[in-house]
Amino acid sequence: MLTVETYSTLAEASGRLGADARYLGGGTLLMRDVNYGADGFARLLRSTDPALRQIAATAGGVRIGAGATMSDIIAAPDTAALVPAARAVGGPAVRNMATVGGNLFAPHPYGDFATALLALDATVEWADGRSEPMETFLGARDRASGLVAAVTVPRVSARDFRFRKVTRTKPKGISVMSIAALLPGTGNPRIAFGAMGPTPLRAKAAEAALNGVRLEAQAIQPALDACLQGLAPIDDALASAWYRAEVAPIHLKRLLLDQGGY
Amino acid sequence: MPKTPVSFTLNGSETAVFVDGGANLLDVLRRGVGDLSPKIGCAQGTCGSCTVLIDGEPHLSCLTLAETVAGRRIETTGGLANGPDLHALQNAFMEGFAAQCGYCTAGMLMAAKALLDRNPNPSRDEVVEAISGNLCRCTGYEPIVNAILTAAARMQGRAV
Repeated sequence: MLTVETYSTLAEASGRLGADARYLGGGTLLMRDVNYGADGFARLLRSTDPALRQIAATAGGVRIGAGATMSDIIAAPDTAALVPAARAVGGPAVRNMATVGGNLFAPHPYGDFATALLALDATVEWADGRSEPMETFLGARDRASGLVAAVTVPRVSARDFRFRKVTRTKPKGISVMSIAALLPGTGNPRIAFGAMGPTPLRAKAAEAALNGVRLEAQAIQPALDACLQGLAPIDDALASAWYRAEVAPIHLKRLLLDQGGY
Repeated sequence: MPKTPVSFTLNGSETAVFVDGGANLLDVLRRGVGDLSPKIGCAQGTCGSCTVLIDGEPHLSCLTLAETVAGRRIETTGGLANGPDLHALQNAFMEGFAAQCGYCTAGMLMAAKALLDRNPNPSRDEVVEAISGNLCRCTGYEPIVNAILTAAARMQGRAV
């Protein structure tokens, strides 16, 4: 049997972390482990801090509490650009539960929302006040200890941001891959792939090849040719690494040219 | 280890139950309270058969820590019928052969109720989206989608 510890602030919960403890957000990842035997932990920590669910516009963008759910993102006026990524997560019941903070830690093949945050260059804010870019966070997340309090997403035009999730089944399925692309007219595009490695990863060679390029079939070809550099797809029940690598440029092309076919 | 008391509203009735640490809401409803209407399917959030409404919104009871529903309003399929009168959704499912083995039905009904409570006149696409987290291995979904649209029309007093 597990011990459940409930704290009124995230800081208190953070102070009670330990090797035998797991933090419970929406439960969609952790409760699976609980239901199948809770191997390796004995305490569940949770926080009822209302600040955890707040979504608020700030000077630089929008700050999203780690406890905000995918449904909160869909409903909030300040997170319009993120709605397609939030809708890509689970079905309606899962979206009422799954949190932004949980998605940051979701293992392959989950983490579609985190893929969008990586392309948007979001900043991750820890409960102890530290902040770091999404890319740094993802690179070290398996070794990290602490609780995430919020992410801040720079203000972008929904027009400049594209997100696609590739699934075997419609309208809902687990990722074969997801692709998020920030394509500002001013250049310096950012492209992130989900389910193409142990964490969401940037396709930096494709970004460089796309910089200053018009989104037309011939012009984007060098970016498509380079898009696998830095990615590390694996085999799973949904698709082989080989298949993922074969179709990644095709799906990136469809995203960049705004074509259908997902 | 001590159990924790949790009280909530279940289908309009005040309910209190002692729960084990780490117990999920589905187990507590079925074994603690005796409401067997939500079903245990995968216990990992894939199938939707355990779907219940919490404060009017669909949630997966198998992935909900029981202690988190203290003070909240829970609805299950067990509360849909009014005495001998089935809910419009239940009648439409029955007449339209939207249940075959029936295992997904309780979850489907609650996902559909959440939709119709919020959107009494949904499009076919909106119905498909609303039940996209609920797996059915018998019907191919079409009879279920049709039944939900039929129930919506009847509840609105429209011809089917």
